[in-house]
Amino acid sequence: MASLTSLASLGEATTATPDGRPRGLRTRQRRRLNVFRYLVFTVFGLFFLVPLLAMIRFSLQGSRAGSWSLAAWRQIASYQGTGVPPLISAVEITLELAVITSVVMLMLLVPTMIWIRLRVQWISRLFEFLCLLPLTIPAIVLVVGLGPVYNRIQHYNLSALMLFWVYVVLALPYAYRALAAGLNTLDVRTLSEAARSLGAGWLTVMLRVIVPNMWQAILNSLLLTWALVLGEFTIAYLLLYENLQVELYSISRNTPNAGVLFSTSAASLIFAFLLLLVLSFVGRRRSRG
Amino acid sequence: MSSIPAQAPAVPQSRAGRRAPVAWVGTLPFLGYVGVFLLWPTGIVVVDGLKTPAGRWTLSGLSALGSPAVRGYFIGSFKLALISAVIGAVLGAILAYCIASGNPDGLIRRLYLSGSGVLAQFGGVALAFAFLTTIGPTTGVLLHAGWYYDFPLGITLIYVYFQIPLMVLVFLPAIDGLKIQWREASASLGASTWQYWRYVGGPLLAPAFSGAALLLFANALSAFATIQAWENQVAYTVPQQISTALSSEVGLSNINYADALALGMVIMVAIVMTGYALLQRRAARWLR
Amino acid sequence: MEGLSRRYGQVVALDRLDLTVRPGELVVLLGPSGCGKTTTLRLLAGLEDADAGQINVGGRDITHLPANKRDMGMVFQAYSLFPHMTVLENVAFGLRLRRIGRAARMRRARQMLDLVGLSQQADRYAHQISGGQQQRVALARALAIEPQVLLLDEPLSALDAKVRAQLRDEIRRIQLEVGITTLFVTHDQEEALAIADRVGVMRDGHLEQLGSPLEVYSRPATSFVAEFVGLTNRLAGEVRSPGTVTVRGCGLPLVDPGVPAGPVVALVRPEAVSVASNGAGSDGVPGDSPDGAGGGPLEGTVIATTFLGAVSRITVDLGDTTVMAQVPTADASALPAGSRVRLTIRPDPVLVASGSQS
Repeated sequence: MASLTSLASLGEATTATPDGRPRGLRTRQRRRLNVFRYLVFTVFGLFFLVPLLAMIRFSLQGSRAGSWSLAAWRQIASYQGTGVPPLISAVEITLELAVITSVVMLMLLVPTMIWIRLRVQWISRLFEFLCLLPLTIPAIVLVVGLGPVYNRIQHYNLSALMLFWVYVVLALPYAYRALAAGLNTLDVRTLSEAARSLGAGWLTVMLRVIVPNMWQAILNSLLLTWALVLGEFTIAYLLLYENLQVELYSISRNTPNAGVLFSTSAASLIFAFLLLLVLSFVGRRRSRG
Repeated sequence: MSSIPAQAPAVPQSRAGRRAPVAWVGTLPFLGYVGVFLLWPTGIVVVDGLKTPAGRWTLSGLSALGSPAVRGYFIGSFKLALISAVIGAVLGAILAYCIASGNPDGLIRRLYLSGSGVLAQFGGVALAFAFLTTIGPTTGVLLHAGWYYDFPLGITLIYVYFQIPLMVLVFLPAIDGLKIQWREASASLGASTWQYWRYVGGPLLAPAFSGAALLLFANALSAFATIQAWENQVAYTVPQQISTALSSEVGLSNINYADALALGMVIMVAIVMTGYALLQRRAARWLR
Repeated sequence: MEGLSRRYGQVVALDRLDLTVRPGELVVLLGPSGCGKTTTLRLLAGLEDADAGQINVGGRDITHLPANKRDMGMVFQAYSLFPHMTVLENVAFGLRLRRIGRAARMRRARQMLDLVGLSQQADRYAHQISGGQQQRVALARALAIEPQVLLLDEPLSALDAKVRAQLRDEIRRIQLEVGITTLFVTHDQEEALAIADRVGVMRDGHLEQLGSPLEVYSRPATSFVAEFVGLTNRLAGEVRSPGTVTVRGCGLPLVDPGVPAGPVVALVRPEAVSVASNGAGSDGVPGDSPDGAGGGPLEGTVIATTFLGAVSRITVDLGDTTVMAQVPTADASALPAGSRVRLTIRPDPVLVASGSQS
């Protein structure tokens, strides 16, 4: 397999390109790809934006066609539909639910996950399976089985905040994945051993050593949980609680074109989107620091 | 070695030589929680779906699932899920590829990822409203689509709206996992772009793609909020029928009916998700 | 390659590089990261576009040819094996692209695997074999298509030391056996010196020196090369008469007679320094020192000895500076830390560090 080739011999001259700009295959290929990409982004961008814009447009509709008004947006605070609690109370409840769910979820997951990584690795398969199980068990199924459980709770006439128990379960898969991704970037074992060799107790290890390195993952999981709670409908509806989505649904059954429906929906969507966008910026800056 | 449960405040460390057998106690809070609020309800569904109202074991609940009406609901669910999953998977894959081949720190990627994160989960009621204002037969800003309330046409479009972002979220890591070295190695061995995708890129992405498509399918099967907000008079899909069964006034027998339906759903989704898990494992091995 | 240039924005990766590789030769491009060696390789492979210049192979201008039409085999640093194919399928891949029948290409693939010594692993997958084995497969795969040129981009950098040394010699053996023109890129000078026919030392997009390993090592063209390849002592000295630098009382000839008078930093190799025990009296003969005895400036204490096998490196403290000397281990063992010693510098021509002249 003798390959007898020679590359051309030395030359003194510099062979500059005639027009001085980078030529070459790969630049051309790259440019073609970019045209395609931007086309795709535009098409999809439009597809995703148009319904949202339409909804916003609708929410700014005045009493006469073609006129504009912020009435629908102001109504978010004041709306009172027939036969339903005021909209604002549903908003409050949902926000509170989001907070409670997040806190409980973190308290449940973070210590357990760290603990498993440190001391009980053999359980991690089972743990992962359990965390991802809610993906397989649709909310609609869960609620059928939850009926009896919640009936018993209803006995004590507690508010919709009791929904947090099941919301944490719903959030498990997403929060688990976000937190696991964060933990994977850390060598939890080494960190904790180093800390322990310096005299730290388990709690200190957890709070002072590991958690501070997981901020981005924790934020991530929080956001996913929030998005989930803000958008949850099925369980609240079938268990006869009035959270934000159920409230909107009820309003739409009575007054299908109530402007407040659209303004509230738009508001919550924009809110969630901004949160996620901010998170993605925060994440990047930290990783470069 | 200390053996304190994870969430208790610092407990005096004991010098017992026991390790793992006791440490798992630290996971009890979690296990307990999940047991009560996830496993138990599921168990109830499975068990009650196999029982008569009187409490005896029976398969009659399951046979009720064989009735034409019920079959109709399952077919409806299936149809909707299949179409929206396929369209969502293909379009989502294209979008994911375009995102992946761009600047990893760029604005576009960040925008699309955040957007996908929101839209994939947030569907629900708001989405139905949004589409109502866009193409609703009387209120549409863009056009008045007479087919908006047709099944599955109108609702499929809405489902696709959240299926595509979900696909992007699930499939993008796989595309990112394609190492540049493979592309370059195949080029140096003489492969054209087409040959690369046919022999290397395609086969490598296939498990991830199929897995993601399955996930989309399961996702559409389970969806309730959007279709309920879209059209709540007629039940087309199983979740809608479950809801009707639960909220109807007729007595206890309907609970078992709902359980049976739910059981049917669990089986369907479980099969799909198992497929997804297996494919993910394969994809992860190659594309880690 | 003629006049190859490449820039990334403001950064000039390659500046009018000229390089010729003779048939069957193994040229190693050596240099620190960012010096442009990898860029050169990738330009040759067609994985990057040149901003200016020309590339010829076998007399043909291939500058505008896409990567997959150039007839080259390339071995990457890591991760280049296709994970979904067995080792055999990986090696046969290039042949499959050329539409060679299944039987023929499997036969050839097995041949290549024999060449690199991995016939046993033919049915394994990439994740089932070690890093060193993966690189062998990569080599087999690149050679299977009988390319005109073989390109290796730091193929050993990701491996551990023992495997690295083994594989390095393997690669050289195979290259000689096959007789293929090869360009090898590395930042490890030991590697470069061990296997190259010629070494090209690069820095900041320029070729500082191109020559045989011996040339590059013992007659470095610039001080950068002297300091990058092998170890060097930097010793303060002064040029009093043209062509000679006086270092610590010794007069040493200069490589470049045109160095102007004044203080300079001379570069002296450890093997040019010999060490002798210095008893209480100056009864030891200093050796070749042309300046006569009185080696005050060359007297010092041993600080440390590094055992390197057949030779050892002794670090000596001369009071105001430290000097490394390389001596046979047998001699070194007689000079433990703390011994008082006298150094002698062999009068090989030395370089001065650039920028050290005022």
